[in-house]
Amino acid sequence: MPLASYQTSVPVIVDDAKCIADKGCTVCVDVCPLDVLRISDMTNKAYMAYDECWYCMPCEADCPTGAVTVNIPYLLR
Amino acid sequence: MALDQIVDGLSEVSCDVLVIGGGTAGPMAALKAKLKNPKANVVLLEKANVKRSGAISMGMDGLNNAVIPGYATPEQYTKEITIANDGIVDQKAVYKYAQNCFEIIEELDSFGIRFLKNENGDYAVKKVHHIGTYVLPMPNGETVKKALYRQLRRARILISNRYMATRLLKSSDGRIAGAISVNTRTAEMLVIKAKAVILCMGAAGRLGLPTSGYMFGTYENAANSGDGYAMAYHAGAALANLECFQINPLIKDYNGPACAYVAGPFGAYTANNEGSRFIECDYWSGQMMLEFYNELLSGKGPVFLQLKHLHPDTISEIESTLHKVERPTRGLFQQGRGVNYRSESIEMHISEIGFCSGHSASGVFVDDNARTTVPGLYAAGDMASVPHNYMLGAFTNGSVAGIDAMEFADSHDFAEFDAADVAIERDRVMAPTAREDGIPPNQIEYKTRRLVNDYLQPPKVTRKYELGMRRLAEAREDMQERMIARNAHELLRALEVQSIMDCADMAAHASLYREESRWGLYHWRTDFPEKDNENWFCHTLLSKRDGKMTSEKRAVEPYVVPITDDEKDLYDKQRIRASA
Repeated sequence: MPLASYQTSVPVIVDDAKCIADKGCTVCVDVCPLDVLRISDMTNKAYMAYDECWYCMPCEADCPTGAVTVNIPYLLR
Repeated sequence: MALDQIVDGLSEVSCDVLVIGGGTAGPMAALKAKLKNPKANVVLLEKANVKRSGAISMGMDGLNNAVIPGYATPEQYTKEITIANDGIVDQKAVYKYAQNCFEIIEELDSFGIRFLKNENGDYAVKKVHHIGTYVLPMPNGETVKKALYRQLRRARILISNRYMATRLLKSSDGRIAGAISVNTRTAEMLVIKAKAVILCMGAAGRLGLPTSGYMFGTYENAANSGDGYAMAYHAGAALANLECFQINPLIKDYNGPACAYVAGPFGAYTANNEGSRFIECDYWSGQMMLEFYNELLSGKGPVFLQLKHLHPDTISEIESTLHKVERPTRGLFQQGRGVNYRSESIEMHISEIGFCSGHSASGVFVDDNARTTVPGLYAAGDMASVPHNYMLGAFTNGSVAGIDAMEFADSHDFAEFDAADVAIERDRVMAPTAREDGIPPNQIEYKTRRLVNDYLQPPKVTRKYELGMRRLAEAREDMQERMIARNAHELLRALEVQSIMDCADMAAHASLYREESRWGLYHWRTDFPEKDNENWFCHTLLSKRDGKMTSEKRAVEPYVVPITDDEKDLYDKQRIRASA
């Protein structure tokens, strides 16, 4: 049975200019309770890989450079 | 190697005490076990990361059930919880909690977690419950997890993050022997032999589907998918009163608390569309939830949390807590909708169903030493059956579990398990990765949880339940035969769906077994609308026997604190009567 990919606008956004994942930082990826953030192979910056967010905030609160912003997921905004 | 790529691997380690779940109860259990015997090995296994996992990921705004000398007594608290839980309480465990919790508050205070004090330096406790005064605000509640983490590091607890426990191991004589787990980023499996195991895996909070339709917009931390309930079930442990669901009054769509416990003591209250109060007391009981539900459907809804009558400074104080601790995105949500608490009330709704003893009474059965019915297996926190025990209950009973489990480990050697059990579990865990084609876990999860809403949500109708169980059985077949996982992250979700499915089956089975109505909305059966104390003044215990789900009655232990006849139904009189 073929699978389709399903488009969603993700709640967590990362400012690439501030993100220091390319220097080895993984704080946001480490703290996320749902494990939905990853470091991109292409940009070496953090991004939300899975739209499975509890909008709980550790990624934003613990980011050392203020690069992460948590928005309310669109469906419940 | 890229994260999430599936790696074939199986290794084995051993420890004296294994604590599964690093949220609230787990860190305290691990700490107390290690302090009891500093030479022993204590492992804390966590599906996410102990730094920010569990229900208190971003801290907590206060203690909801603090029994503080001068404000409340253990006897009074035990009485209150007995009445709030419709009498179905083994008081020994509640009384023990009430006696021990002040010591835990002082210990948390020594960790650097501050509680609100008045000008005399006494704890400034607030009244929210029907009878007594137990709510203690935490002005720096956002520091809870960091403070706990420091203690774990200091005590040299071995922490294993990103390992999801999937099944418990037992010896042929029924004693606990350890657990099987899987790395959530590589799918490598890890067997942990242990002399005692403590389950602190939180609520079953991803059971019903939030009305927003966003699967992870749950009341509970969405990582709490009921894995502990499922594991205890498959290990043959008894689960108590699962039909006493958790349903909470929450900010509509946001699906987090508003929160009456924070705002109530300042003068906020729950009101209907006419601006009138309709419930006597904002404490979350099943009886209160029934009135809330009735009001929503009566034409007098929506229901609101009313704040706008308060002084602007008071509202600012409430905001500073609501928007900083526990669910800090509450402020962002209200801002997005242009809601200002000074001019507008907060629209409320009721949550999806779940299991959680932290708020109601549905949990793995434990006695006053946190022991389950399986020797060497313990449970604490939201998933253990001590009712209404909230965060402070998780800390206090986690402490009890840690100490007792280490005593057990000190007097027992490792139990032997059958290697075949590991092989069977490995096949079960990895099955979705072996399929080339099939249904992804998110679709099976959505369908299962949608069925939970359609058929299992109260009011509970026997005919609906029978249909719901048929539909769930079909979804289970799809899950077992056709579910696919294409990477380790998807395998994590696939394993969680299996916990959710087990919890849905248990919710249905337990609800059909108790042929009466009790706990207000939590167990409102339209075919048995009355409370039947003659036949059902008892616990129900659900367990797996010979591979089959079974339920039985268990007598309520004789009360330690007597309840008089005129006190018994205090929580039944929640609705405010119109005065002539």
